[in-house]
Order: sequence, then C-alpha cells, then structure tokens
Amino acid sequence: MVVETSGHFWRFGIPSEGIAREKGELMITVDGDFLREMYRRMSRIRKFEDTTKELLLGGELYGAFHTSTGQEASIVGSCMALRTEDSMVGTHRSHGHPIGKGARLDRLLAELMGKETGVNQGKGGSMHLSDFSIGSLGETSIVGSGLPVSTGAALAYKMRGEDKVSLCFFGDGASSQGTFHESLNLAAIWKLPVVYVCENNGYGELTSAKDAISVEDISVRAVGYDMPGVTVDGQDVLAVFEAVSEAVERARGGGGPSLVETKTYRFENHAIGRLPEHYRSAEEVEYWRTERDPLVLFRQVLVERGFDEQQVDDLDAAVGEEIVAAIEFARQSPAPPPEAAFTHLFAPSAG
Amino acid sequence: MRTVSYIQAVTEAMTEEMERDESVFIMGEDVAWNMMGDCTGMVEKFGTERVRNTPISEAGFVGAGAGAAMVGMRPIVHMLIAPFMYVAFDQIVSIIAKSTYTYGGQARLPITLRAPMMYGVSNAAQHSDRPYATLMTIPGLKLIAPATPHDAKGMLKAAIRDDNPVITFEDRSLWGQSSEVPDGELIVPLGQAAVRREGTDVTVVTVAGAITLGLAAAEQLASEGISAEVIDLRSIVPMDTDTILESVAKTGRLLIADPAHEMGSVASEISAVVAQHGFWSLQAPIARVTTPHTHMPFNADLEKVLLPNTDKIVAEARALME
Ligand SMILES: Cc1ncc(C[n+]2csc(CCOP(=O)(O)OP(=O)(O)O)c2C)c(N)n1
Ligand SMILES: [Mg+2]
Repeated sequence: MVVETSGHFWRFGIPSEGIAREKGELMITVDGDFLREMYRRMSRIRKFEDTTKELLLGGELYGAFHTSTGQEASIVGSCMALRTEDSMVGTHRSHGHPIGKGARLDRLLAELMGKETGVNQGKGGSMHLSDFSIGSLGETSIVGSGLPVSTGAALAYKMRGEDKVSLCFFGDGASSQGTFHESLNLAAIWKLPVVYVCENNGYGELTSAKDAISVEDISVRAVGYDMPGVTVDGQDVLAVFEAVSEAVERARGGGGPSLVETKTYRFENHAIGRLPEHYRSAEEVEYWRTERDPLVLFRQVLVERGFDEQQVDDLDAAVGEEIVAAIEFARQSPAPPPEAAFTHLFAPSAG
Repeated sequence: MRTVSYIQAVTEAMTEEMERDESVFIMGEDVAWNMMGDCTGMVEKFGTERVRNTPISEAGFVGAGAGAAMVGMRPIVHMLIAPFMYVAFDQIVSIIAKSTYTYGGQARLPITLRAPMMYGVSNAAQHSDRPYATLMTIPGLKLIAPATPHDAKGMLKAAIRDDNPVITFEDRSLWGQSSEVPDGELIVPLGQAAVRREGTDVTVVTVAGAITLGLAAAEQLASEGISAEVIDLRSIVPMDTDTILESVAKTGRLLIADPAHEMGSVASEISAVVAQHGFWSLQAPIARVTTPHTHMPFNADLEKVLLPNTDKIVAEARALME
C-alpha cells in the first residue's frame, strides 16, 4: 500500500504479518501485534463513542459532547507514533485521544458520568477528558489554547536534555487562532521537539474550513515558520502513523518541530443532540460513513495482508466486553462528595 | 543586614533560586539584555537558555511557561509591564488558573508571572493599569504585591518555590527604594499582611505602592493627634483578612488606600469583608482612597489628581475621626 497524497511517503514492502519501511537512515518496523493494537485502539474509540452517545441521548450522561467518531485513524496513527513517556495535549474533541494513547476506558467513562473515580474526579467532564498517567497534559476546551502548552512542554524537554517529544492535537478551526501562529514561531526559533497535528475535519462548529481558512491545505502554513509541513489522508491509519513517526523522529533527533495535517471527517454532528445539521449535506455525511470509514478501511488492509476476518472480529468482541465492564465500573462508582467542589483549587505547596 | 533596593532584591531572589534549583528559569521580552535593569548579571551567570529572550508573543510564551511548569519546570515569566498580561489573558485564566482544578489535581502549575506596574508617569491608559483586581476574581491564582525590598526578595523566592501559579505585582514606584534586607536565606510566606505601624484610632490598609503614602499620612496624622495603624496588605490572594479584622476591632475605623480603579477593587473587597464580619466594631463608615472609574490620561496634571496621595489619605482619615 502506497499513500498517494503526496511525495512525502516512504514506500514499504509488506510481509503478511508486519511492515518494514525505509527512508534515508530511518527504518521503522511494525509487526503484526502492533497492527492488531492499532486496530484495537481504533475499535475502542469507536465503541466508546457509540456507547457514550447512546448514554447521552438516554439521559445518563450530560454536558457538551463532541465525539471523535470518524477520526479514529488520525488519533491512533498519531498516538502510536509516540512513546508512553511522550506527552500530548488535546482539545474539546478529545474522548479519542487518551484512548489512542492507551488510557483505561473505565476511568474515562466514570469521568463522563461525573464520578469520583473519573480521571479528573468529576471536575473535567467530556471536554477535558485527560488522563495524565498516559502522558496527557490536558484537553483544553478553549479552541487553540493547548498549542502554547505543548510548546512549553517541548521547551522543558529540550532544556533538560531529555529525548521526549510533545505532540499537540488541534482542529482546523484552531489554526486560525493567534496561539497557533505564536506557538509554531516559538517552536521554530527554539527548535523544539514538538509535533503539531492538525485534525482537519472540514468544519469548525458549523462553518466550513473553506469559508474560514485562507489555504486549502493547512500544512502549507508550516512554510511561514520554516518547518516541514505535510498533509496526509487522515482516514488511513498507516499513512498518519508514517507521517507522524517521521515528524516524531525528527523532533527526537533534535531536528525541531513539524506540522502534520490529517484530512479527516467527523461522522457525528459538532456536538451530540444539540445542534442543527443544515450546514452539510446528508450525501456528504453518507459518503464519508460508507466510503471513508477508517475502521472499515483498516480492516481491509489487515485482511489483504493476511489477517483473517475472525481475528479482527475477536478484537472487536474483546473491546465490547471492556466497554460493558467500563459502564458497570462507572455506574457503581460514587459521586464526589460536596466538598470536592473546593479541592484541587491549589496544589499542596512544597514551598 | 545590608541596604538593598527593591529592584536589587528582585534580582537577588531570582538569582538565588536559579542557583539553587535547575528547573527555575526566566523568560520574557529582552530579559537577557537586562532592559529593565532587574536581571543584572543573570545572563552572564546562567546563559541565554535560562535567561531566555522571547519574541513579542505573550499568549505564546505565557502558555509555554504553563506547559513547561506542567512537566516540572519552575518558570518565571517576565511580563515587562502588567497590562501586557491582557494579551495572554486566556492562557492565564483558562490554562494557568484552571488546570489543577479541572484535571482533578493531576496538573501542577509552579509558574511565577512578574508583572511590574508603572502608573503616574504619563504613559496614558494602555500602559498604566494596576490589574490585580481583575485577576483577583479568578480562583486558582495567588496574587502578591510586595512593597519593601525585604518582601520583594522573600516573597518572590516563596512564589518561585510555590507549586501554584503566583502573579507578583511590582509597583515600579518602589523599585528605587532601599531598605534593610538580611544576609542569607530569606523566605517570606505568602498570605500574610504586615502591620507596618501600630496605632489605635484608624486602620489604614495599603495596597502595593500605596504603602509609601500610608506611612507618610500616618506621620502627619500623628502630629495632629490621630493614631493610625498601617497595614501593608502584601498578599492579595490569599488575603489575610484576620489581621485586618483584628486591627479594625481595635481602632473601629477603616481606610483602604489602593492605587487601582475603585470599582470592584481590592479596596472594595476589603470593605465588603469588614462590613460583613467587622460591622459591629465600626464607629464610622469605611473610606476608600483609590483611582476613580476613568482611564489614566496622558497629561501629567490630569493624571496626578486621579491617583491616591498622602493628602487624600490624611483628609479621609480626619473625616473618619469626626
Ligand atoms: C476560543 C473559543 N471560541 C469558540 C469556541 C466554541 N467552539 C467550540 S468547538 C469550536 C469549533 C472548533 O473547530 P475545530 O478547531 O476545527 O475543532 P473540531 O470541533 O472540528 O474538532 C468552537 C468554535 C471555543 N470553545 N473556544
Ligand atoms: Mg474542525
């Protein structure tokens, strides 16, 4: 499989249980287990979102609710290019990001229910579903506000001589914020180990990127900051993995920041159950759902490469069981006590 | 003991903390060039990595300070002057003030923002703000306004070591003032007001540079037979309301001198606290000597009459005694 979007991609030969790839000195080998894990994480996101949507519409969950459905390849391809100790920053649409980085589902679901066992002890909810134990440095719901944070984490890694990488997820809409431009400039002048991943799902709320953004490919904005920029098919997990891996390796090796744009699509409306959807056509949504579903596309790739369908079905089934257990855990968990509204305003000080 | 200026005390505090802890660094516009004179000798000692010039990009570098703090650094971010914080307001409010809470205690933000204030020097409205009251309304931030070289050093060191975000408002009218600072380690805990002069008739609480005016007024009042107790607030959040209430219980009268605009000010907050919790001690209405609710004009004469001064404090205190 060769990605056709641009000339930036490595061609790779494919043994039936894994992939070996080459470009220059960089060689990344991913084996069958890795591919299975990729699919499993995508499946976890999809099932998590389908379930939480149902629970929301059923009245068991509440609050603003932006789902990652349709963007699984972009998320997992990016996260799996990172090491566990690398950090990432997310957005208001970040149920998927911690799952992509390997978070437990039960504590995420408990957070959506506002429970004490939730990742944020019930104080963050859907738009701040961040699990620091897997390297999240927050999911922040003010559009564009996470970019400086990820840039600062990268600054710290560089100052301390650590070989960690900071990755920042943000949307097409966020690329119009000043923080995007300020962050890329800072990262470029300081040569920071940061990878900016713009998940371009074509819309910011209801407004089309075509009407809001001066360029067709947001990656070209990298030129203004003298860093590499690349656009990839965000529905193709391997293409995303490849492009982000290259950027991560560059960052880790001292080569500075990169901008990767993943062209993707959100299958659900901007937020679940609350908004009109007259800004995009039913045909468009249908096209993406039937022709460009990242799980279906990746399943095809796996089968073409020698996995049997049953193996993939088994992965889905195991995820289904995990979800059932997560719901049970969240339902059984206690609500935070009233005093919790006053805790964590400040960290206990060492000073 | 040595005699040290406020600005030297600030430099000492930063230098000592950077010597003691590798994770402390300073960044801001032209800090490595020591443009303001408050980073003397620092770039020579620590280099441009830790005394780091930034582009003119307040949202970017304040937010980068937050990100660095979240992964264990202790950045000091130099704002040049306080109103430049407005450009970074979202990073201060949405990220710095709220992350520890929103993420259920998973994040720590040991960041210090230095916000020098210059007013009364004909810089007109945009450059002259004293915006601590604006920030006081946001939970999750510690705000301080040290008013002596001793506190400038001891409180800045405490701020740098604090695991929470601290914004320090340095009144530039104090930068040139000198007084005694002990040799060796000096840490002044945050959250404590200081009684600068004891008295029995009226409590005068001062904010930031108003300490100079409050002490001069007390001197004059003493010559008229009025005994003023002067309290330097020092820490705006957390606010040491106990010290103020105790003093009012003794004097029965309260005057607050605050260089910021009156509406929704620190002076207003102290007034509310005392009206609510010290009402039965009061023998006279509470007086506020502040700046009226208008902008700072460029014209020096127009500006001067708006700001608090010693005469205004003396006159208001006298009126309380009638
Ligand atoms: C500063 C700010 N302005 C407006 C909003 C309201 N808002 C929430 S999501 C959103 C769209 C963001 O678009 P994009 O960055 O493309 O992310 P997407 O929702 O498509 O994932 C907007 C405008 C906000 N949360 N923050
Ligand atoms: Mg979008």
